[in-house]
Amino acid sequence: MPLDRDPKRPFDPSPDLYGMRDDGPFTLVMPNSPEPAWLVTGYENQRSLLTDPRMSSNQMLPGFPVAVEGIKQSQGGGTTLTIFGMDNPRHDVLRRLYARDFMVKKITDLRPLIQKHVDDLIDKMLAGPKPADFVSAFALALPTLVISDILGIPYEDQKFFQDVTDKIVDPSLPPEVISGAVGELGKYVSGLLEIKLEHPQDDMLSRLAQFWDSGEITRDEAVGAGMVLIPAGHETTANMTTMSTIVLLQNPEQLDEIRDGQNAELIANAVEELLRYIEVPHFGRRRVALEDIEIDGHVIHKGEGVILAANIADREPGIYEGDPDKLDLHRDARHHLAFGYGIHQCLGQPLARAELQIVLATLFRRIPTLALAVPLEEVAFRSDLFIYGAHPLPVTW
Amino acid sequence: MQIQLDHAKCVASGQCVQAAPHVFDQDDDGIVTLVPGNHDAESTAVKLAVRVCPTRVISVAE
Repeated sequence: MPLDRDPKRPFDPSPDLYGMRDDGPFTLVMPNSPEPAWLVTGYENQRSLLTDPRMSSNQMLPGFPVAVEGIKQSQGGGTTLTIFGMDNPRHDVLRRLYARDFMVKKITDLRPLIQKHVDDLIDKMLAGPKPADFVSAFALALPTLVISDILGIPYEDQKFFQDVTDKIVDPSLPPEVISGAVGELGKYVSGLLEIKLEHPQDDMLSRLAQFWDSGEITRDEAVGAGMVLIPAGHETTANMTTMSTIVLLQNPEQLDEIRDGQNAELIANAVEELLRYIEVPHFGRRRVALEDIEIDGHVIHKGEGVILAANIADREPGIYEGDPDKLDLHRDARHHLAFGYGIHQCLGQPLARAELQIVLATLFRRIPTLALAVPLEEVAFRSDLFIYGAHPLPVTW
Repeated sequence: MQIQLDHAKCVASGQCVQAAPHVFDQDDDGIVTLVPGNHDAESTAVKLAVRVCPTRVISVAE
């Protein structure tokens, strides 16, 4: 999967991905596994494969184009037991149980709390020294607080699960370090579930413990759910917050249109465009074929893997109006693939949207002079990590 | 034209509720329901909901 970006164009996919798109819809690539896999660039082909029940998400199957060997070595990081790496029929049963905590109404009710966290973190950052590291002071701190509220994780454990998550999302680390981190996270979640079973509260881990207790899910499934939701709930939104801030600061005229935070409709639209344009999940969605599948004049044979590069699909001319390589906060981008498509589409997307909308409506209104404290060329973009981002990010005001 | 829902395929993503909040809602399990009342099945919001539903639950037919 080509990850290396043009340093002058840090928001665009790798030039190699543009090249592959020009060469044809399917390119044979060597992922981190013994067998080659088909890299798919096209938007419609990706949507079609993501909704095809003959494609499996189970990374323990032969031919699966594994992204991070250390996760596989930890028995899939529990992913064969979670909705992330599970196929139907079991997938939908679990997903519906877990979706209750991410329903649109539930997330709407959380908005005042998210707003309070945003304001508190801004107050704290403004009271501290400058330049500040925007990632630790704000972008990562916010989703960490919010997912802790939802799951019911004590705030004092945040440093622990941040350290563990840092390892899980860094494919450059040795596999045994990653699988070790996955193991630690599993033990931690397991311990918390025991506590929640004894002392249930109004939080998602308590509900998972109840589902386990009533036999609706197994103990391993409950642990797996917690293990997937912790990293998924903060790394992604954190990096989107950081990258959106950088992108908007590079586009001051567009930023001025949303700066006062008053136009909720434009802000919601801007969030969709930023999700499309930045596309933090840049590692490619991966599946393996359970049967021969004919698609777009090509056959993906049983046992062959596919890597679906959403970042290049979401730059496809014709799918979006105008020039898809340019940012346009007015563009209709709601059909982007940043949250995926098919049964595995991001469970937490109503939450991610709410957090990003509140951030955009608040950050630049509260800190009108917010600016990068280093030139763009010196920003530490991390194209090697599972989720694209930049950290640290020195900012001033 | 009428909105039809294939509930068995719904994975509770909430995309439809966000696309067309006056038309779609979620039950206690997150599964799509229709807001009571008459809806314009050919409205832009409904078309968007059809397009963004990740499991193609929503269709519009005679």
